[in-house]
Amino acid sequence: MTVHNLYIFDRNGSCLHYSEWNRKKQAGISKEEEFKLMYGMLFSIRSFISKMSPLDMKDGFLAFQTSRYKLHYYETPTGIKLVMNTDLGVPNCRDTLQQIYSTLYVEYIVKNPLCVLGESLQSDLFHSKLDSFIRALPFFSVRAA
Amino acid sequence: MAIFSVYVVNKAGGLIYQYDNYVPRAEVEKTFSFPLDLVLKIYDEKLVVSFGQRDGIRVGHAVLSINGVDVNGKYTAEGKEILEYLKDPANYPVSIRFGRPRLTSNEKLMLASMFHSLFAIGSQLSPEVGSSGIEMLETDVFKLHCFQTLTGLFFPLILFDQNLKSALEIAEKAGAFGPGS
Repeated sequence: MTVHNLYIFDRNGSCLHYSEWNRKKQAGISKEEEFKLMYGMLFSIRSFISKMSPLDMKDGFLAFQTSRYKLHYYETPTGIKLVMNTDLGVPNCRDTLQQIYSTLYVEYIVKNPLCVLGESLQSDLFHSKLDSFIRALPFFSVRAA
Repeated sequence: MAIFSVYVVNKAGGLIYQYDNYVPRAEVEKTFSFPLDLVLKIYDEKLVVSFGQRDGIRVGHAVLSINGVDVNGKYTAEGKEILEYLKDPANYPVSIRFGRPRLTSNEKLMLASMFHSLFAIGSQLSPEVGSSGIEMLETDVFKLHCFQTLTGLFFPLILFDQNLKSALEIAEKAGAFGPGS
């Protein structure tokens, strides 16, 4: 059970933060293109399900899974999108993403007068806190290479 | 546990079969007097509520019928524009039915191809080697399961509540009896 990587996007689609722990395969395109592709995919999934959905939705898109990984999604009302790829054994971790937002993003970025919102997150404190938070998660275990 | 709809998409991304097993959609009919306190706008050839959510009528609901007569997109059954009709106080009180808009067959074709691309991107962005495309997509209201055959056909199914992997296998076997695509 492991976490592969984590992306944070803002409401305009720019990637604020990306970190990886256990990624086995790169996408074969540059990082910038990968962020744009990921954001575009999420945007399309959201519009797809709002059309397809038989009933009115409250939270919207939660997660998807393939044969090898699971992508968890959480969006705040301000448009900040948190995306986490994990392996298949991980159950719903929407509340984990919500915790990352409230205890890490809000605390170390929003409340930081030196961090300009909308630009890529430069705060080292945020990086290190996020890293230790992810490593402390019960479903994170570093697999032997 | 209910299957809401089945789509069959071919290798090129085109929809080749679609079946809807409708669950009755929430619809609300109310009588209004002038002036109308909902803000309506035209979206995708339909008249949709954009502001003024109340009493079960939510943002995104479309106008389905006026005074009991089903509307035709943004025109009434007689061919008048609904927005013009609703601006005239002489037409009130008027009874309007709102609900989630039904998908037209053109929209279904577009959505099936959109899903085909999303399936492929899901496989490309994988952090793990050898991933398939999206097999299950979960929202708070429905789950979408998708099964891809060796020949490249795929079967996205939209379900409520529970997991239904066995239904996918049955659908795939049923597909094997038809003429090859």
